[in-house]
Amino acid sequence: MQKKFDRGVERTRWLAGITVFAVLGLVGLLANPYVISLMTIVLLFTFLGQSWNLMLGIGGQLSIGHALFVGLGAYSVGVLYVRYGISPWVGLLTGMILAGSVGASIAWLSFRFEVRGIYFALLTIAAAEFARIMFSGWEFVGAMQGLFFPAPSGGIEISMLRGDARFYYFVALALAALGIIGTEFISRSYLGYVWRAMRDDESAARALGVRTFQHKILVISLSAAMAAAGGGVLALVQGSIFPDSIMGMGLSVDVLIGPVVGGLGTTFGPLVGSLAAIPLNHLMSALGDSLRIPGLNNITYGVVLISVVWFLPDGIWPAIVRLCKAIQAPPTAWLWHSRKVEE
Amino acid sequence: MTTLLEVENLSRSFGGLVAVKDVSFSLRAGRITALIGPNGAGKTTCFNLVAGALKPTSGRVLFEGRQIDNSPPETVCRMGIARTFQIVRPMREMSVLENAMIGAFSWTRNVSEARSKAYESLESVGLAAKAHARTDQLTLPDRKMLETAKALSTRPKLLLLDEVMAGLRPTEAAGIVGVLQKLAEGGLTILLVEHVMRIVMEVASRVVVLHHGAKIAEGPPGEVVADPKVLESYLGAGFHV
Amino acid sequence: MLSLWLNVLASGILLGLVYGLVALGLTIIFGVMRVVNFAHGEMVVFGVYIGYWTVRLWNVPIIVAAAIAAVVMFAFGYLLEALIVKRFVNRPHHYQFIVFIGLSLLFSGTLLVAFGPDPRPTASQLSFQTVSLGLVTLDLARVQAAATAGLLIALLGAYLKFSPFGRSLRAAADNRLGGLIVGLNIPRIYAVTFGIGAACAGVAGALISPLFDAQPYLAVDFTLLAFVTVIVGGLGSFGGALLGGLVIGVAEAIAALMFTPSMKTALPYALLIIILVFRPRGFFGAKEI
Ligand SMILES: Nc1ncnc2c1ncn2[C@@H]1O[C@H](COP(=O)(O)OP(=O)(O)O)[C@@H](O)[C@H]1O
Ligand SMILES: [Mg+2]
Repeated sequence: MQKKFDRGVERTRWLAGITVFAVLGLVGLLANPYVISLMTIVLLFTFLGQSWNLMLGIGGQLSIGHALFVGLGAYSVGVLYVRYGISPWVGLLTGMILAGSVGASIAWLSFRFEVRGIYFALLTIAAAEFARIMFSGWEFVGAMQGLFFPAPSGGIEISMLRGDARFYYFVALALAALGIIGTEFISRSYLGYVWRAMRDDESAARALGVRTFQHKILVISLSAAMAAAGGGVLALVQGSIFPDSIMGMGLSVDVLIGPVVGGLGTTFGPLVGSLAAIPLNHLMSALGDSLRIPGLNNITYGVVLISVVWFLPDGIWPAIVRLCKAIQAPPTAWLWHSRKVEE
Repeated sequence: MTTLLEVENLSRSFGGLVAVKDVSFSLRAGRITALIGPNGAGKTTCFNLVAGALKPTSGRVLFEGRQIDNSPPETVCRMGIARTFQIVRPMREMSVLENAMIGAFSWTRNVSEARSKAYESLESVGLAAKAHARTDQLTLPDRKMLETAKALSTRPKLLLLDEVMAGLRPTEAAGIVGVLQKLAEGGLTILLVEHVMRIVMEVASRVVVLHHGAKIAEGPPGEVVADPKVLESYLGAGFHV
Repeated sequence: MLSLWLNVLASGILLGLVYGLVALGLTIIFGVMRVVNFAHGEMVVFGVYIGYWTVRLWNVPIIVAAAIAAVVMFAFGYLLEALIVKRFVNRPHHYQFIVFIGLSLLFSGTLLVAFGPDPRPTASQLSFQTVSLGLVTLDLARVQAAATAGLLIALLGAYLKFSPFGRSLRAAADNRLGGLIVGLNIPRIYAVTFGIGAACAGVAGALISPLFDAQPYLAVDFTLLAFVTVIVGGLGSFGGALLGGLVIGVAEAIAALMFTPSMKTALPYALLIIILVFRPRGFFGAKEI
């Protein structure tokens, strides 16, 4: 009976997922350039949010310096392409390996003597700042003046990952889809179980044979590599890389807003959260500019973050799910909650 | 008759407080041994030392002849020692079944294999019907049984049970005693901390008594309860045998 | 040459004392409440603005400005704790982090709305005066700031060590549950702690207002600087915060002399990473976080 129920739910999940991505695909085909470029950013931050979510929501490790990994990915793509004309595909791979190793080193440095929790978080932010400052002074990568991609020639070149805004929209969409499928896949594999156990109670997990030291390093490097891939594409989309914006504290915060607002540890949370937060931020920035109130978007963002944690600590997505359940909607939604894989 | 675990002159202090003082005992394979003593006697600390959760101040722990007191808990677990926590520690965001699966991943990476092992463990402690519940829906005795199931999923050779039957009704406790006896017949070695002397008398073939961190008696249960030192330590602490 | 180095060392130590005060605010809050105040830099910047406006409007000496900052920021911290922070004290770190990021955005946004993004130099006479002690010549502003910071650190240390309230505060830091059992008024202790932490940041801000231009974007730098300082010294340790402040102050001063400006800002982080390789909990870090 359980099995049959599972299979039904499983089918609904697939259907729901395919529907969402079909709609997003249509948006890419039909929407105007403004919506396309906004949604590209939303999807990229969905993916970046998923990387952060994997690390905290599943692995239980808080990073507040994710911009470091995003930046390493961006610079790998940028430097290889701009300086040497090497394909961004190679750049993405390089960035992922680089960020993964840096993430592993930070994790190793911090967990080696069983230093946990907030120290690790502070270490991520310190490493990110260190890198930002180093890159700001490094002429080879453009220093503070930034690194610029040549203007696209117009046509779409898959081998060089170059194309117009619509092309990048679909690249971002593919990345977000990959992120969701990947997160689901990991969640259901033994890694998902072991990581969630480690997240919920590290000592208890160790007593059950979980090698948490290795697993923490693994989840952190995986998350870092994902963030680097997102960063590489973000750099291509933006056409330029500045250390302050790609490795700054602000980007680290932007990365986590999606999953936090949407729902930590859930597969769909980062998408929902980014859909809600990023357009709001753009709107408020525009409003602030036109009203000449420079801090307006900061204030709105601040209030949104505090309110979400205060009133909807699980995030918007689980709240929507509860609402659906309460009004007896079909059992579509709530199983997107990746913590509930087993039910 | 092989010796599975040997504890040699084990001591552990916290600051000035000596929680475990020069304790030695050994466990024979396939037997159930009880570790008893009044509250604060050092029983849980002993478990932590054996399981690698704490490092001894001095002394050694040998498991199957190998020294393990310097190994981290996950290594000790993978060698075949599983333990429960006296203060239960369920993974809160995971279901009962998922909790019971974790231990299985110490010997398999196959999720469905882990799941069937988890069902088996839950079955043996009488929790199978609640496999899909959240852990906060369980009563405290059930949570203690979940601790036991989690430990069983690691396929241990030695099982350390810390007051898992506290709060159970006599009939429920009798059921668990039956389970433990069956596990022991299957070759599992068990060291259990238990306050209810009736249960100790029933399941344990040997009893180790701690008092103020030191071992004050060891032997078959019948002898130990008759030992004046043991009576004194319990009565002194306001206990009824 | 010697006098150059002595000067650098001295000015590093002076600024280090102020950094120490900032870090102390962070570390006291962490020590007692196990909460990392990610909006600490904003509180420093509030202090800088208080220094800027009091000096500009009433032309008071910087010491008076610091006193005003202490009172205002204590009240601010107390209220912030009682109204918002206390709801999140027992939540996981990442929730706290998000709340504080929210607060920090809210505060920096408010500063931007109120004062605009442009830097405002504090028109202090002090900025141009110097004192000479043998080989060493120092800005008066720095000396005053450091002397006041040093005095405050000493007073605060004495207060925590000897006053009944300070003792209960440290008791709460050692053992929260135990504190509850022996009947400490934990909510009040937390609010006062947060107030003291905010006051430390605010006073430090006011004291350095003659040295740094008032500017909202300064906040992030101060937050990060305070983090580095407390990690170097060891989170939750009083002496660690002071030592960390001095180490960072001197390191910055030396780096300013020897390296390019960007290397100067990078040095504290490099130092932090090196220290963590050898002493992962900092000099005097707490055992379990
Ligand atoms: N982590 C610890 N830190 C300090 N003291 C401890 C710690 N663990 C146990 N103790 C002390 O050691 C003594 C023995 O405790 P424990 O082993 O839990 O006893 P039991 O399980 O027999 O009731 C007690 O006095 C207890 O307070
Ligand atoms: Mg005990």
